[in-house]
Amino acid sequence: MNVDYSELFRALRPETSLLIGALLMLGLDLTVFRQRSSADRMRLAAFIGALATVTAMIHVWSFGARGATFGQVFMFDAVAVVARLGLLALLLLTLCLVTAARCPRHPVEYLAILLFATMGFLLMAVAQQLLLAFLALELASLSLYVLAGYDKKRAASAEAALKYFLFGGMAAAFLLFGFSLIYGLTGSIELPHIASSLAAQAQSPLLSVALVMVLIAFGFKSAAAPFHLWAPDVYEGAPTLSAALVASASKLAGFTLFYRLLWSGLGGAAGSVSSGVGSPGWLPAAAVVSLLSLLLGNIGALAQGNVRRLFAYSAIAHAGALLLGVMAAGRSGPAPLLYYATTYAFATVGVFGVIAMIERTGPCDKVTDLAGLYRRSPVLAGCLAVFVLSLAGIPPLAGFFGKFVVFAAALKLGGVAGPAGWLTFLAIALSAVALYYYLLVLKQALVTEPAADRSARIATPAVAVFALLGAAAVLVVLGIWPSLLLGRI
Amino acid sequence: MNALPYAIYVSFIGALLALIGGARSPATARVIALVTACVAWGISLVAAVQFVPAAGLQTLIDLPWVPEIGIHYYLAADGISLTLILLTGLAAVAGILFSWNIEERTGEFFALFLALIGGVYGVFLSADAFTLFVFYEIAIVPKYFLIAKWGSGNREYAAMKLVLYSFAGSALVLAGLLWAYAAGGAHSFALGDLAAAAAQFSRGEQIGMFGLVFLGFAILAGLFPFHTWAPTGHVAAPTAASMLLAGVVMKLGAYGCLRVAMPLFAAGFQFWQPTIAWLAIIGILYAGLVALVQDDFKFVIGYSSVSHMGFVLLGLAAANVQAVSGAVLQMFSHGVVAGLLFAVVGRMVYERTRTRKLVELQRLPLHRHLPFAAAVFVIAGLASMGMPGFSGFPAELTILIGAWQTSPKWALFAALGILVAAAFTLRAIQLAFFGSTGATIEGRASTGGLDPVRTDSAPAPYRPISLPEKAGALLLVGATVLIGLKPDLLLNLINPALQSSLFQHVLKGGAP
Repeated sequence: MNVDYSELFRALRPETSLLIGALLMLGLDLTVFRQRSSADRMRLAAFIGALATVTAMIHVWSFGARGATFGQVFMFDAVAVVARLGLLALLLLTLCLVTAARCPRHPVEYLAILLFATMGFLLMAVAQQLLLAFLALELASLSLYVLAGYDKKRAASAEAALKYFLFGGMAAAFLLFGFSLIYGLTGSIELPHIASSLAAQAQSPLLSVALVMVLIAFGFKSAAAPFHLWAPDVYEGAPTLSAALVASASKLAGFTLFYRLLWSGLGGAAGSVSSGVGSPGWLPAAAVVSLLSLLLGNIGALAQGNVRRLFAYSAIAHAGALLLGVMAAGRSGPAPLLYYATTYAFATVGVFGVIAMIERTGPCDKVTDLAGLYRRSPVLAGCLAVFVLSLAGIPPLAGFFGKFVVFAAALKLGGVAGPAGWLTFLAIALSAVALYYYLLVLKQALVTEPAADRSARIATPAVAVFALLGAAAVLVVLGIWPSLLLGRI
Repeated sequence: MNALPYAIYVSFIGALLALIGGARSPATARVIALVTACVAWGISLVAAVQFVPAAGLQTLIDLPWVPEIGIHYYLAADGISLTLILLTGLAAVAGILFSWNIEERTGEFFALFLALIGGVYGVFLSADAFTLFVFYEIAIVPKYFLIAKWGSGNREYAAMKLVLYSFAGSALVLAGLLWAYAAGGAHSFALGDLAAAAAQFSRGEQIGMFGLVFLGFAILAGLFPFHTWAPTGHVAAPTAASMLLAGVVMKLGAYGCLRVAMPLFAAGFQFWQPTIAWLAIIGILYAGLVALVQDDFKFVIGYSSVSHMGFVLLGLAAANVQAVSGAVLQMFSHGVVAGLLFAVVGRMVYERTRTRKLVELQRLPLHRHLPFAAAVFVIAGLASMGMPGFSGFPAELTILIGAWQTSPKWALFAALGILVAAAFTLRAIQLAFFGSTGATIEGRASTGGLDPVRTDSAPAPYRPISLPEKAGALLLVGATVLIGLKPDLLLNLINPALQSSLFQHVLKGGAP
């Protein structure tokens, strides 16, 4: 391998920026700002974090799409650039929202861990080597476990963290086992070598085992059924903005990583879903996972009275649609998948942001806690409408176009008559089911009058209003001009 | 002519302005909404005057939108779209006049109303399946909030039912269009390109695609047995929304059938043709008979809409130039007449008497207290029955003649529907407006010995009909009489459009 450490340094400047930012905020907090109030400390730390994030975005943009870097370890293609910019923008939104939400204990450490998690996400988006992929995933996951359990005095938060950790640790074990089998089969941990080596050998049972292991880890990471069981509890129990990160940036990074892993590395073992039951490979297995997620997510969401569990089940349903995008990426390219994942992530951060703002005045657990939001805060209600309607796939918001391109690509995958075609039709039909529960949420927020004891106006700090309006604007602009994103991939 | 797309943009901008203006005062929002709707209608009137009828769509704007997958922002118009644009403008202006008394969250009401109107304009002007679909879906969500917030009765149930039916319909349309796009390897969603690609499909594929797309649109047009959202939705909706739902939004469905489903999948259409025709006829008769036994005044009108839309669908199913031109004329006519009927029932009567029960209305001599409402309703009723001199007459007559050419049986059964329509309309007029003085047995029985003379001589207990109401009603009455006396005004727009090459495989008597 041609080792050029200066190139490595240049390529990883975004990660370095975040690292310096995190260390700086921790260092300053422990020395200079120790005596200040925790709200002040958090604001200063968030400001440092935001500066680091913006710096990282500039570095991502200026480095651009250069292709494979540092041997074959990193792949800086258009997908990586778009995903990394999206991840950093999501981090920026989350930072803005954290300063406005209820102050956690040890706020600066919380922000620092947010930055560490995002470092992991950024690396996941470029990893083209199994070792790096696993390390990046673990960096992100370990940070997320801590974030989920951050509100440690609340039993629900601790429960969420423990469940997330146990499921996540198990999934990581599966992934590592799968990776080791792939290494054993191909003698390489670099995806291009794995692909060429797999192309030269026959389909073996060992490979099937490896594929299943990788898919299980993928299913966990993307909260797809039947590996979804952690999701409702984590969404419900974790601190709101930790859940936002789990639901958005973590998804975007995960889908980018697994897209790369499955197509660049294991594309030769994809099999097919064009007719009958298809030929063996990971595509038919992914189709089954997608089917289960679409059904379970959409039907499960109908029964939810807790607003976060509702969005957890909706996330499971979206994971099913995103899996369709992953499956179609081999033929139609990653653009539909990435468009869907990015816009979905923005809408989800927005929803959780609105919930966090409502929580400033009291709990926001049940769907009915949203009642009368239009009266309590018209801005929040308007933003929530944009986010939820985007999730429901209503034009001109970005969620609609995301669904449209993913479904169009999926129909081209194996013809209409094949399983992929039927799966797509099912996904389209279930979008009508989804509209039902999304409208129930919006009905509370926009139609129902507020409860007598919860009718006070919600004062939202300007920074959070800007963040939420920014996320809403992203969804509207990308919805009306999808080429802004699609054209770059 | 080329200004037509601005009708869409003006409506959306007006929606935003009404939302902002409504925060200041309800009156601001009302004025903004009325001005917006008038401007948009004015644009369409000017376009209609300047329009040179010709076969085929005349391009208004064609820009690459998402070049990655060949989507164009492609707007075009022909006589059919122009007719429906004129109707939309008219219904929007009248609807706003009849919503003048909305005091609660006025800005949001008009914002949603105008957003719905903007979506409707967009659908009628789209010549690209994707563009059309986007506008079609934009028009769905405002309906939910209009009904769920400002409606009456079982409004949340009705709103959800209506929206889910619409959205399920649009999901079917999406599935069918994506199927045609993916299977044909078409590189664009323009209707012409899709039709060219669809011509290569096997008969089985055509049958499947037509079934999905047509059913999806026909749900919104109130095709039996998928019509049940319509009466509940129309009844629960606030007056302006009922006028728009029955008057214009149902036409979106019929327009989609005519503009997208039929030209694209001609072979599929031929397979489904008899089924559609019979379902349409069942719809005409069934909904008419149901209307005959309703005890809720608004439900009578709700079911009558389904019955009249049956004529539109029958005209489309008959698939010859005469029947289809009648169907388009009927869309216009029904849009105006249904608007008028809902305006009388929902705004003039219900908001004053607070009851829609025919039994209760019967005890109020409404023709004395609200003579204007009674007169308007009688005129609208005559138009709805298809009396000569009103727009319903040339429309239904043309449809029946056209249907006769395809199958005399269809025309005979459908003609029974006109009798039923006369029956339920006369019954509603009688019970609602002329109850206590009328000498019906029902009337005497239900007044239960109440002395009719005493109620008659009591002073009018109701607020008089306001100026905006009168203006709105006169506007609609004028339109139905004008088209009734001179249907050529619209037929001269519609007929050349049916000679377009898009329709050549599907319509008999069209271009060779």
